[in-house]
Amino acid sequence: MNDKLLSLYKKLQKRGLTEDQDRKIRAEIEFEGTHDLPADEPQGTVRSPAEVLYGFNDLQLLQAMNKPRGGYINSIRSIDELMERDKWREEDGFPPKIRVGRLIKPGKGGKDKVVVVPSTVEEKFLHDNSFKDEAQGEGESSGGTGDGEQGEVIGEQPVREEGQAGAGGAGQGEEGPHEMESNAYDLGKILTEKFELPNLKDKGKKRALTRYTYDLTDKHRGFGQILDKKATLRKIVETNISLGRVPDQTAVDPAELLIAPSDRIYRVLSREKDYESQAMVFFVRDYSGSMSGKPSELVVAQHVLIYSWLLYQYDKQVETRFVVHDTEAKEVKDFYTYYNSKVAGGTQVASAYRLVNEIVTTESLEQDYNLYVFHGTDGDDWDTGGKESVPELKKMLNWANRIGITIAERTYGSNTRSEVEKYIRNSGLLEDRPELLRMDVLPEDSDEPRLIKGIKKLIS
Amino acid sequence: MELIDQHTKNIMEGCKERARDAGLQFEKESLEYIVTNRDLIELTPKVMIPTLYDYWVHDVEVLKEKGRYELYPGNPYETVINTRPAISYYNDNNPDWLNVMIFYHVLAHIDFFQNNLFFRHTWEYDFTGQALSDKRMIARLRADKGRWVDYVIEFSRGMDNLVGYYYEMSRFHGPNANTRKNLLDYYFDVFLQDIKKVKITDYIKEVEAYNDCIRQYGDPGEQTFFSEIGKKYPELEALYKKSRTEKAKDRLDVMQFVLEYSDFLNKEENLWMKSVVQVIRNTSIFFQPQIRTKILNEGWASYWHEKLFLQDDRIKGHEVDFARVHSGVTSLSRVGLNPYAIGMRLFYMVEEMADKGKFSFDFERIKDADQRKHYDAQTGRGIQAIFDVRENFSDYMFIANFVNQDFVDRHKLFVVGKHLDTKRKVWQYYVKSRKAKAYRQMLLDTLYHPPYITVDQQRTKNGELYLKHKFEGKPLVKDYIANTMMGIEFLWGHPVKLETSEVVATGPARPAQTMIPGYSPAKEEAKPPPQIKWKRVVYKMEKRKLSKKTLS
Repeated sequence: MNDKLLSLYKKLQKRGLTEDQDRKIRAEIEFEGTHDLPADEPQGTVRSPAEVLYGFNDLQLLQAMNKPRGGYINSIRSIDELMERDKWREEDGFPPKIRVGRLIKPGKGGKDKVVVVPSTVEEKFLHDNSFKDEAQGEGESSGGTGDGEQGEVIGEQPVREEGQAGAGGAGQGEEGPHEMESNAYDLGKILTEKFELPNLKDKGKKRALTRYTYDLTDKHRGFGQILDKKATLRKIVETNISLGRVPDQTAVDPAELLIAPSDRIYRVLSREKDYESQAMVFFVRDYSGSMSGKPSELVVAQHVLIYSWLLYQYDKQVETRFVVHDTEAKEVKDFYTYYNSKVAGGTQVASAYRLVNEIVTTESLEQDYNLYVFHGTDGDDWDTGGKESVPELKKMLNWANRIGITIAERTYGSNTRSEVEKYIRNSGLLEDRPELLRMDVLPEDSDEPRLIKGIKKLIS
Repeated sequence: MELIDQHTKNIMEGCKERARDAGLQFEKESLEYIVTNRDLIELTPKVMIPTLYDYWVHDVEVLKEKGRYELYPGNPYETVINTRPAISYYNDNNPDWLNVMIFYHVLAHIDFFQNNLFFRHTWEYDFTGQALSDKRMIARLRADKGRWVDYVIEFSRGMDNLVGYYYEMSRFHGPNANTRKNLLDYYFDVFLQDIKKVKITDYIKEVEAYNDCIRQYGDPGEQTFFSEIGKKYPELEALYKKSRTEKAKDRLDVMQFVLEYSDFLNKEENLWMKSVVQVIRNTSIFFQPQIRTKILNEGWASYWHEKLFLQDDRIKGHEVDFARVHSGVTSLSRVGLNPYAIGMRLFYMVEEMADKGKFSFDFERIKDADQRKHYDAQTGRGIQAIFDVRENFSDYMFIANFVNQDFVDRHKLFVVGKHLDTKRKVWQYYVKSRKAKAYRQMLLDTLYHPPYITVDQQRTKNGELYLKHKFEGKPLVKDYIANTMMGIEFLWGHPVKLETSEVVATGPARPAQTMIPGYSPAKEEAKPPPQIKWKRVVYKMEKRKLSKKTLS
């Protein structure tokens, strides 16, 4: 057990805690775990039993031919077509069918890969075999062979560590080799139709590298799109002066002027590099012990979506920073670490807000950047009533273009609102600064569409 | 896709000769193609049928984790398909000896397709040919009706696992027309008893009258009898006819019923949809036996490729290579169910038992274990027995009949249980049982079994289609109900109801507490798993809105 946490806990105890808060905090203290990154090679080799009987096939077994891999090109084409198809479906009054899975596979050193699997499911009436397994902690039976007494444990397989944010690769699915890999653009492309960063302001513009505008700024002699009359006239006068046809400069007779073809000055369309606003997005994630399981998964999934979309939409013009926090906050270097760090420790939201504020002030980012903060948490906070968090949050609102807080709520456990939700609502900031602060409370069983809806709420 | 070269084809022909000599029966022609990864991308979504109709979902990664194989009864990566001539697929760099082994495997599959009675309905035609014409028809419709063709495909596929495969089969194997309930049976069994409800004495009188007629007039006596009866009960004839058509109506599966009685589909402008639905249904019916004979079929093929390969004189010197591949295919894994391994061993066991005459009353009568063990009547009927199994059995029958304690003991089989160790966050696999009964049950539970959902014709009224799910201990996957029913509603043209069973939610599953996996609260005694309670519910899909009502 962590001494630092304990002393913090005692301090909090002195201040007074309700029974509920006390229990939550104790749970987090007793939770054993570290913020390690997952090992590179997760998963055992035991196949899931239900796959087994019908999973065997001739091509694989006899001829060692693997399931075919779809090409990158195919998937791109189909994404466009599929989005189109979903649009039509909506028009025809049917629910959309394409699921854009959660699909990023962060690589080390910023080489993130998005595994875009436009997927769908064919719905039929099917037996649900899983209805009792979950409740009883007993999985489906399978067959085996060899020695061993009845009751003897013959092997182990780590439970898919869903809580450990992407360990095992969120979105990797079962079909390992089947993935179609591409970069984050594809996912972003799909999301982009729906979102735009809010409140973008002109701040410290910098030149865009890829975006152009076309303007009639270049001049051209002889031919072109639009005759620039003023420039042409000036040219004509110039020519005639040099020809000596303008003896008296106070009384020019235009009828006497000669016009050479090359005197005509035209404007032509030209490609101009555009200027763009700069933006910086802070991703802040609570990786305390209580985040274990679904909440982390949801928060991370949502941040993946936002991140992919930013990469695409703003073409890497948006800079991203990653902050994780338990009772202390720290900045991590890339999305991979951010995405994969395991949960442990207690929770103090204020620490993260403070760190973000610090980064912004010390680097004086406010002048040059549009600043956005996306914070994901399960809503637990040892800081009851937000005594520390709310002031920090207010400070953030001074410079932020938008702060989006996602609370992945536990369905079980306390039926009351979570700590963070309570104090943010009580602070009245949501009403006072609706343009700057948004909060979205996700139920634990949220699915992909719900996450996307959540993003909309955060950035609309 | 190109055909294998002449050299390889010669090897195949040699294999055919040897396989035929061993007793396998298959048609003379077969087609062998080399496939590349690219070909497979196109083939696998189409269940390896190159001419199957196009459907956009085939181009998409389909999420399978939920329904798993239940959604896709075909064997999507099969080497050989059940067509005329049979088509099989090969990697282009297989060495000759490996091809010999695969060819035997393939020939055994072909033999199985063409002799197992569960494939009876596929014998008379070439499915690829049929599929090609269907594909063209669908393409033509698509040019005309656009995306609506795809909706119809989608909604039809939504119920294509509910096809009445066994009814379809009973057309071939059922009692023939002569023995079906005729007018005579109907008169005495149904009409007099159920409709007229005559007294026993009157009933006997009628029987007497009939017997008199027969005695008096011989064969034409029955006619005479009924012409008399016709005067007495003029309604008999009509009722009899009605009962026959109702019988036929009873047997319609959901798709057929919708095809037959949907107002929407039978509108002039929607008639084209019926042909699409029909295509989907036929395709589904075609694939039904495939998944119901997986263990049997793979076991059969493995049995023969082993046997024939070892006898083949052409591959001397590759015994070790063969052994390596073969054991990879047919070894029993520590955990897992390999249909090749189990099926092949079952066939060997059946052969051995039949050789010793153990499928006999004499043997069954013996109670003494030692005598049973050493019983050998030397009947030599082993080969015949496995050919009989190959002809008449499905996976279910195969397992239910032959997985016994001897089999389980001999191969050291056991049921693997899987237990969640919450502290260490691992699934623990443990030996759950070595009893044949448990092992058999586990196998049977693993077999493909679609829900049995039929049309309740009494309650199908006022245009509403009433579907009834026969409860077999499992609920339906909830997430899928809405869209499936929406599809059926579209094709039916009116509201659709589904009666099914669901688990009664008994409050929050766990006491209210902060849940942290890995952290277990101090005092919580292990309670026995709560009994699951069931209730019947009716879903109703109306105007694409789903509602639910609990039946009391």
